[in-house]
Amino acid sequence: MEHARVLRGVAGVAGFLAAAEIVGATGLIDDRFLPRMSTILRGAAELLVDGEFLADARASLAAWGLGLLLTVAVAVPAGLALGALPPVERAVRPLIEFLRPIPSVAIIPLAILLFSDNLHLRVAVVVYAASWPIVINTIYALRDVDPLAKETLRSFGFGPVSVLLRVALPSAAPFIATGIRVAAGTAVILVISAELLAGGAEGVGIYITEAASGNRMDLMLGAALWAGLFGVLSNTALVAVERRLFRWHDARTGAAR
Amino acid sequence: MLEITDLVHSYGSHRVLDGVNIRAAEGELVCVVGPSGCGKSTLLRSVAGLIRPTGGRVLIGGQPVDRIPDNLAVVFQDYSRSLYPWMTAANNVALPLRRRGLDRRRRREAAIAALDQVGLADAAAKYPWEMSGGMQQRVSIARALAYRPSLLLMDEPFGSVDAQTREDLEDLVLRVCAHHGMTTLLITHDIDESVYVGDRVIVLTRSPARVAADLPVDLGESRDQIATRQRDAFVRLRAEVGRLVRGGSPTSTVLEKK
Repeated sequence: MEHARVLRGVAGVAGFLAAAEIVGATGLIDDRFLPRMSTILRGAAELLVDGEFLADARASLAAWGLGLLLTVAVAVPAGLALGALPPVERAVRPLIEFLRPIPSVAIIPLAILLFSDNLHLRVAVVVYAASWPIVINTIYALRDVDPLAKETLRSFGFGPVSVLLRVALPSAAPFIATGIRVAAGTAVILVISAELLAGGAEGVGIYITEAASGNRMDLMLGAALWAGLFGVLSNTALVAVERRLFRWHDARTGAAR
Repeated sequence: MLEITDLVHSYGSHRVLDGVNIRAAEGELVCVVGPSGCGKSTLLRSVAGLIRPTGGRVLIGGQPVDRIPDNLAVVFQDYSRSLYPWMTAANNVALPLRRRGLDRRRRREAAIAALDQVGLADAAAKYPWEMSGGMQQRVSIARALAYRPSLLLMDEPFGSVDAQTREDLEDLVLRVCAHHGMTTLLITHDIDESVYVGDRVIVLTRSPARVAADLPVDLGESRDQIATRQRDAFVRLRAEVGRLVRGGSPTSTVLEKK
């Protein structure tokens, strides 16, 4: 079944690429603005041996990884604190509900004013934007922890902090992990958006800007393609990690992902 | 060992416990039986220190219960919620032993020994969701045993398993409680079970709960699922408990024995 699903996904992607190529070949679209699919794919392949692009990719990857790490370090404890202390959560809630719908990209101009260092800037916008799904998931997951599970440990004389760390946190972990996976996707968007808007020395966003100004649409779209592919791969890797770590959760809820 | 005196509890204006008095001597297995919704679980939670009763007093070994006592273990009905699915059976059993200040190795040894006592020596590495309901409840019982409490509380411990498993678990509890000389308070709505397992049966009235009767069980130490249940004493006491649970008043024949 798993096999058939992968096969179907591959077929879908191949079908899209073929359709795009055929539309390009008919001359319906001016290929100065949108190059043929085969040209874009060749451009993407060229990027793999392009030292400049690889350095940019490494720089973006570093900002992404550092940003995500910091996000987890900030958002999980914040979510735990808010989930464990309902009065604090109620006080902070309106602020969260106000800030969350603001498109994260809109805060990049503010970040440009605040941070002179480009890495700091990118990490900061990632932490701001990617924290939301983790914080929200953690709060809700903690709220849904089985009271009997907590009471059991309490009846053995464990205090509230032990119950939080030994029962609530593991119970909530699968949902926190899902939040982290969503955050990882958001972080890709924010790193590249920040590079596009703020400029700087290196990054995939910088490469895209330069390729566009040099009228190399094939390289520009090739770079975008790699960014998208990176998002897919990181998501797949995180799903695999979740499945391994939270086998107990799938077994219990009978979820087949 | 356990003294519950004039215990009163209300949820808002709704009175659940209306002056409950229960005594249990060291090593005694006392069954509390009553109609469903009469406040049995509230009683257990008050004894466990999980809720603070509105009035009255609970003493365990002479000490008042004003917070959660550290010489007590609870077995809940719902094993699937009370065991931790991210831990193996052995780790579930070992977890509370952190409160005993044992190191990792000693915790593990104690857990394996307790699992052995409930007949699950081979299942130490299994996860709860890989086990049947009866096995899971055995793990819960092992977890309570390993903790070596002086008072064991059981809240409808066999309410969620099939009839055959239920009988096996009743015999298991009889065996381990006698072996450890543990004072046990077992809450059930099952009349047969209360008589079969108990040294004494305490019948609660309909809500708000009071003690309707406190009946000694004269069936001796060793019990057998078939033979004991056929004995005249068993049949008579079961009928008496059944009548009391349905709201009847105590008959003189049983009271004379007290």
